[in-house]
Amino acid sequence: MNLNALWQYANPKKFIQTTEKVLPLFSVLAVVCLVVGLIWGFFFTPEDYRQGSTVKIIYLHVPAALMAINVWLMMLVTSLIWIVRRHHVSALAARAAAPIGAVMTVIALATGAIWGQPMWGTWWAWDPRLTSFLILFLFYLGYIALWEAIENDDTAADLTSILCLVGSVFALLSRYAVNFWNQGLHQGASLSLDKEENVADVFWYPLLVCIAGFVLFFIALVLLRTRTEIRARRMRALLARERMG
Amino acid sequence: MMPDLGKYAEAVLSSYAVSLALLIVLVWLSLRRSAKVAKQLEDIEQKARKNG
Repeated sequence: MNLNALWQYANPKKFIQTTEKVLPLFSVLAVVCLVVGLIWGFFFTPEDYRQGSTVKIIYLHVPAALMAINVWLMMLVTSLIWIVRRHHVSALAARAAAPIGAVMTVIALATGAIWGQPMWGTWWAWDPRLTSFLILFLFYLGYIALWEAIENDDTAADLTSILCLVGSVFALLSRYAVNFWNQGLHQGASLSLDKEENVADVFWYPLLVCIAGFVLFFIALVLLRTRTEIRARRMRALLARERMG
Repeated sequence: MMPDLGKYAEAVLSSYAVSLALLIVLVWLSLRRSAKVAKQLEDIEQKARKNG
């Protein structure tokens, strides 16, 4: 595969044309995986012997937490592409992804708090993972606000890219906080390449379907939102040209 | 059909309600803005073509 061929999608027109075809496919796949995974997890999995029925919250909490971190890492990659190669589509893709990442972080924090109350006896603790997730959420808000605050698109892309680089520390910290500090309340990862550390198979398979659903949901939504950002940018350029001439 | 969620029913159901509501609002806002921007751009391009 010729990796250089990927750069053709940095052309806004080519990006819009290609995503026109693939967007319905990703949307349908996302809906199918989410519906199957969530129904499977909610209706057809047993209670856990320790957590009771609250184990059903993992089908939302774990995929949302994974996405919260990985959306920021995707933004990091697209921001680096902007910094190095100055492709507008990559900067706009990062902008399009940020609200999705913020919502995923809120879902992870909210479901974690709702699960934590009956299990830990508290909605919130200043635990390393929880705290780093809260900071990640604040970074998402700052990133979105910075894009909105700066009128010039290129300046906004430059500054938000720098913010994204800084925030990446917290995205990684959110992922590895339970490994760095073990004094927190949060348990270890539910998913691991080491099969012994994973949740039991009966919970694991519907969880995998839910994760696939969240990933596909993100892809479909980020494509849709990037198309919108490309159009909005063109609109601003046309309006500026009209004002000048 | 509804599984017996026992004493944790409120926690489980509220988790699903909050998460699904947030996802639906996100999709709705994204679709609404997409349609609005596409329409505005079309109007501006049409105007620009008319003005030469």
